[in-house]
Amino acid sequence: MSYTESHGSPKPPSMRTPLGRVRNLGAAHSGTSDFWRQRITGVAMTLLMIPVVVIVMMLLGRNQAGAAQILGSLPIAVILLLFIAASAWHMKIGMQVVIEDYVHNEKLKLTAIMLNNFFSIAVALASTYAILKLSSGV
Amino acid sequence: MVEFALPKNSKISGGKTWPKPAGATELREFKVYRWNPDDGKNPSVDTYYVDTNDCGPMVLDGLIWIKNHIDPSLTFRRSCREGVCGSCAMNIDGQNTLACTRSMHDVKDGAVKINPLPHQPVVKDLVPDLTNFYAQYASVEPWLKTTSPTPQKEWRQSHQDREKLDGLYECILCACCSTSCPSYWWNSERYLGPAALLQANRWVSDSRDEATGERLDNLEDPFRLYRCHTIMNCAKACPKGLNPAEAIAELKLKMVERQI
Repeated sequence: MSYTESHGSPKPPSMRTPLGRVRNLGAAHSGTSDFWRQRITGVAMTLLMIPVVVIVMMLLGRNQAGAAQILGSLPIAVILLLFIAASAWHMKIGMQVVIEDYVHNEKLKLTAIMLNNFFSIAVALASTYAILKLSSGV
Repeated sequence: MVEFALPKNSKISGGKTWPKPAGATELREFKVYRWNPDDGKNPSVDTYYVDTNDCGPMVLDGLIWIKNHIDPSLTFRRSCREGVCGSCAMNIDGQNTLACTRSMHDVKDGAVKINPLPHQPVVKDLVPDLTNFYAQYASVEPWLKTTSPTPQKEWRQSHQDREKLDGLYECILCACCSTSCPSYWWNSERYLGPAALLQANRWVSDSRDEATGERLDNLEDPFRLYRCHTIMNCAKACPKGLNPAEAIAELKLKMVERQI
């Protein structure tokens, strides 16, 4: 019995050799950068987590003027901006991994990855804009 | 998309309960996956009763007893019966392991439930089709690659460098680890899987090999290597007590090392 005829095989019939199928288009020679950035942003978020929680607690119950006053402090604004950058980047890489894991339709996968990029950039920019606007008192 | 349900022709239906052997005093129930490519039927789970006073203690002994005394059509792979060849890898009581080294007494109360290795095409009964698995092993080119002139006697290696291969060279390629890995289930066409990656690290870690960089080049891929999400099922399943997840982590570390 050939590989393609056996029970439960997810593959359509193919006359390519098994090694040819495994080698396929070759190695992409990439992936390490995303892997490393995911670690960097993970460590960054771990370090920033406590200051961010403290800042959020300081902001609780304040009106816009009060929030603007707190965010007017340079260290506080920088901590929040760093957190936004790290978490948006981490979110983008993490979501891409999930899409690559589970979405096997090539068109759907490319669309999902594209939307994931757009969404992450939009969230990061909107959050950055909000912080800058509040901290500059405009 | 990932499949959350079994394909129609893989759904398990019913199964035959074989009569208890006459005159047996101590019986152990075995529930075994059956599928015959020639009868056009869906797979089933047959129930057998093994006379434990008449056979050895291991699950493989039970299967051989069934084949010899009850049902000669039961199909499974086995060879060395001592955990060296890796032929009798199957899913026993929900865990991938070798039937020859798993005692049937270690399987808790109730029947000994036996299925083929998960998420592989089935050839017949407990025999999975490992063509893709072996091709992935071949793709890491598991042999010494050198360009320096071959020495007259041997390629020398220090004791310390030899020790780096411990925990890697013992792999018997039984496929328990790869077929226990969810990442491998979803992407076995592109992800090499824990067994092939452990073997890849065995050659990347070999001080005598001169193709380390090429080997890493061949692995550096979002799917071939980076589908490993450190789920650790591989380390839990390995019947030889190896840790493929650690070997994969070492590969990732080397990938980062050569970039930074």
